[in-house]
Parts: sequence; structure tokens; C-alpha cells
Amino acid sequence: MTVMLPFLRRIMPQLITLAVIVGLISFMFPGFFTISIANGRLYGIPIDILNRGAPVALLAIGMTLVIATRGIDLSVGAVMAICGATAAWGITEGYSLAATLAMALSAGLVCGLWNGFLVAVLGIQPIVATLILMVAGRGVAQLITEGAILTFNHEGLIFFGSGSLFTVPTPVIIGVAAGALATLVVRRTALGMLIEAIGINLRASTLSGVNTRVLLIAVYMTSGLCAALAGIIAAADIRGADANNAGLWLELDAILAVVIGGTSLLGGRFSLIASLIGALIIQAVNTGILLSGFPPEFNLIIKAVIILIILILQSPTMRSVVIFFSRDPAGAGEVEKETVVP
Amino acid sequence: MKSSKAMLGAGVLASMLIISSGVQAQTVGFSQIGSESGWRAAETTLTLQQAKDRGIDLKFADAQQKQENQIKAMRSFIAQGVDAILIAPVVATGWDSVLEEAKEAEIPVILLDRMVDSSDDLYLTAVGSDLVHEGSVAGKWLVDELAGKDCNVVELQGTTGSSPAIDRKNGFEQAIAGHDNIKLIRSQTGDFTRTKGKEVMESFLKAEDGGKNICALYAHNDDMAVGAIQAIKEAGLKPGSDILVVSIDAVPDIFQAMAAGEANATVELTPNMAGPAFDALAAYMKDGTMPPKFIQTESKLYTQADDPQAVYEQKKDLGY
Repeated sequence: MTVMLPFLRRIMPQLITLAVIVGLISFMFPGFFTISIANGRLYGIPIDILNRGAPVALLAIGMTLVIATRGIDLSVGAVMAICGATAAWGITEGYSLAATLAMALSAGLVCGLWNGFLVAVLGIQPIVATLILMVAGRGVAQLITEGAILTFNHEGLIFFGSGSLFTVPTPVIIGVAAGALATLVVRRTALGMLIEAIGINLRASTLSGVNTRVLLIAVYMTSGLCAALAGIIAAADIRGADANNAGLWLELDAILAVVIGGTSLLGGRFSLIASLIGALIIQAVNTGILLSGFPPEFNLIIKAVIILIILILQSPTMRSVVIFFSRDPAGAGEVEKETVVP
Repeated sequence: MKSSKAMLGAGVLASMLIISSGVQAQTVGFSQIGSESGWRAAETTLTLQQAKDRGIDLKFADAQQKQENQIKAMRSFIAQGVDAILIAPVVATGWDSVLEEAKEAEIPVILLDRMVDSSDDLYLTAVGSDLVHEGSVAGKWLVDELAGKDCNVVELQGTTGSSPAIDRKNGFEQAIAGHDNIKLIRSQTGDFTRTKGKEVMESFLKAEDGGKNICALYAHNDDMAVGAIQAIKEAGLKPGSDILVVSIDAVPDIFQAMAAGEANATVELTPNMAGPAFDALAAYMKDGTMPPKFIQTESKLYTQADDPQAVYEQKKDLGY
């Protein structure tokens, strides 16, 4: 229990935010928590939030690791389009499901390798290095789909988008499994700490014997792999690969999820769970807006205002204000000391 | 049909050679925006096909979404001394000088599908679809189909603020105005994409009592309708009967859905803009008939009664 406490304190702001937003939606929408089973699949608004949030959650996993190394991966949306297109192409060309998935996932890994090479070997700044693939990636995806929406009817592939396992939608299962696996790998080994070390001080980590080059490339490849999974889900969901629109602007949502999750863009300490909750917060806001019935002109404004409020509440200034008013003056001195230590 | 057209073309050509000093549209330059959508690709395919049928030598230039490429292509067409120029302008502004150059060289310019902000004496005519009319054709179909029955309609809008979204919404609302049995209960943007169409339809279904409260869906394009149809199916309802589906564009995939009974009607945004353009050009070349400044293409309504499978077979190879 005492081991869990710091962890809970870490993700508490995110949990509270999610609870408040869910509370708001259920206030507007009393039937919010009604979950039934339709077509052998759980059906309800909370399920929609999990299901629709899965692609961004997957991207956020990779993005958290990249950001922890003080990098950023702008290409994930385009990589989604490439991998979705690869999957659709493979299945329509008559390859087996396993081969198709392998090709799509490898495409993601290759994209990650490219980003990692530019960042770790050539030393290009991550925002510029990944911008290249962000711009070029949709072109690559269009080459694969030949400019059209490449549709398919393979039940096996569709399963990844709109199928279900024990009544739980497949994207949710993939998202949870990927999150759990990534958390286990980085937290049950020294990997997580080494990634944080790179983000805090790349040169010091290299000098103390961390193979930063390989680790950086591996992190970008992980991000590519997560984007590939998200791309397969997105394509399977609509039974077609839309090179122009698949994953469009999702890189920004993924970065936002990481930021809401409290991981600093300057690298260093990170929390995968908090980023995943961040992704759910974003999707809850999106779904809430759709349910609210406001005219679409207001969508982006409402979203921006909500995000702004969340970020203001999480800002260090706000935190110290809250702590200042909730403690006696003697205690406030202690807190100041605490906030100095990162 | 084709041969008679060719005969006619040859006849016109022969008479032209005699009457005027050989001004016949034999070489036409075509500056296309690019291939950003399936519809655009189909437009290119059909333009090439139409030119071939009429024995016109079409010089094709793909601008890859860039205005400077289109201006370059126009200048090269003028330098080559083509008989006419077709252009699908990527943006509305910045065409004055190159259009004036074409006018000075006495080369008629015809705009396809999109308009420009230049004075209308700088081009011969513009061929395009009336977006408001498309919306009203869809609305009128719904009015006729319901024949007075009460109906709650949900609407999937195009990208917020885009002219197709605004006009197709207005047209539909004009058509259902005065019919109190039809109520537009929810309207939200689906950004013209399948993914968003599906996601937004899911929320409509949840918000309206699992979809029991919805009797029809109007989508500003077929792609959103295709996404929404999947959402309706996943909610355990039957698209096409439990919820009527009407949309606009007439891309091949919606005909498959119509053949399966999952969509009810679509309004065609014809990719054949070149046909009317070549007709107007031929008349102008023959005896100087000035076409109207805007030639509206037909917004044809397709329903399940129009043998959707056959239309799908026709359309699927156009490059959509």
C-alpha cells in the first residue's frame, strides 16, 4: 500500500480531471453509464470513449517514451496512414492475415528506424527530423493506396477495428495490452530509468556507459510500432485505408495526452499510465462535445477552453497557489523547498 | 453513339476548315489541380476519355495542388498556341494576369468545377455543380419518400465552414422547409471522412435512445455515410430500413451499399465536367456562340431502383 501511494499521488490530478469531465457529461446526459450488449459487443458511451480513445492512447505510449528522451515524434499520424495503407494493400493483394499484419508492423518499425537514425546518428533535432516523415509520409501512403480509399472486406483484418473479444472491443484490448506491456518493460527493468537519464542529460548518460544511440533508435522504433498498431485499428475500423485522413492531426492529440499526463516536454521523468489517462481525457472531451448537440462551429473552441483549464490547473504556479492557501504559513515554506527540487 | 459523335465532330471539323481559317479545338490544354481525392481522379479519367472520344489532342498537366504549377502550365499552353485551355483552379484568387495573357493570345479558357475571383470576361465559361441544388435534391427525395410520415433527421456536415458544407446544408433545409413532419434533430461535422462519420454517428445513436429516435440520416458526402452505415449496423439497427440514408457525391462505394440495401439514395456530383465544357467550346469555335458564364451540371438522383450494382461496375474503374 505504501508503495502505491507515491504512484497514486502522481496520477491523482489526471484521475480527478477525468472524473470531473465524466461527471459533467453524465450530468448533461443521465444515460451515460448505461452499458448494454449489442451484436455480442459491449455498447455504451463509456465503451465509445475507450474504443475511440484507443488509437490516441497507443500513440501516447510511444510518444511518452520519445518525449522522455527529450525528443518529439511528429510523424506518428503519417505513420498511421502508411501502416493502414500497407495493411489494406496486403490484404487486398491476397496475402495472409499474418503476413499482412507483419508487413504493416514492419512498416511502422522502418519508419521509427528512419526517425531514430536521423535523431540518434545524424544528430538532427527531433522536431525537424520527424517533421520530414510527417510531411512525406502521407505521400508514401498515397502511393500505396494509389490515391483512392483502398477498401477491403477481410473479416480477420476488420476484427482489429470493430471486432470484440469477450464482448470487449478489440481496440480497447490492444490499447490496454500495449500499455501494460510497455509499463512492465520500462518499469520492471532499468530501461525506464535509462530513458529518463537520456532525457535529463544525453552526454552524461553516454559518458556513464549508457548506449544512448541504440536506446534512442529503439524508442523511436517503439513509437513507430505503436503508430502501426493505431493505423491498423483505424483502417480496420472503416474497412479501408484513407491515406489523406487516417491519423490526421492525431500526433498533436498524442502530444497533448502526454502533456496532460504531466510528462515534461523537456524530457526526464515520465508516466505511461498518466499519458493513457490523458488520452482518455481528450477522448472524453471529444465524445462529450459530440453528445452535447452544440453546433459544430463550437467544437474546437469548447475543446480548447477545456484543455486550457486543465493545463492551468496543472501549472506549477497554480499548484503553489493552491498549496499556499491550504496550508499554514510555516508549512508553506517547506513546500517551496519541495518545489525547487525537480 | 460514339461513332455518330465522331462523325459529327468530323463534319464540324470539315466545315470549320472551310468557313473559318482553321480555328478548331484540336489541341486543348488541361491543367488539373492534382489527385487529392477519388472524385478528382475520376474527373481526370473522364476528361481524358471525353477528349479522346471527340478526337481532341489533350495536353494534361497535373499541378500537384500548387497554384504556381498551374500558372506555369497555363503559360506553357499559351506558348504552345493551344486552341483552348481547361483549368480546375486550386484557389480562387491570383489568376488575373495569366488569364489576361490567355485573352491577349485569344485562347478561350474554361473553368472546371471551381470558380475564380477574376472578372468574368477573362474566361469563356465555367462548368460546375450547384451545391445548394445538390442539397435540395437530397432533401426533396426525403420529403417524397416519407410522404408525410413523421421523421427525425440527423445530419453529418462536411468540414465546418467549407462551402460544400454550408451550401449542401442550406439546400437540404430549403427542401424540407414547410414540411413539419421532418425535423432536423442533430447536426454535427464529420469532416467529410469515414472515420469521423462513423464516430459522430455512434454518438448520435447513443444520444437519441440507441437510434430508436432517428428515422433518417443526411450526410454531406458518401464517405461519411459509408462510415455511419457501419456505426448503425454495429448498434444492431438496419441502415436503409430502420434508418434511411441519403447522401451526396455518388462515389462507387455508396452504390455497393445501395445494392446491399444499406443506403437509400445519393445525389451525383458528376465528374464529367469536361463533356459540357467541350460542347460549349465546339459551339463557340463553330459560330462564335457565347455560352452562359456558368454551365450547371446535372445533379442526378440515384436510388436503389436504379440498379446500383450496374452503376458500381461502371464507376469503379474511373479512378475514384
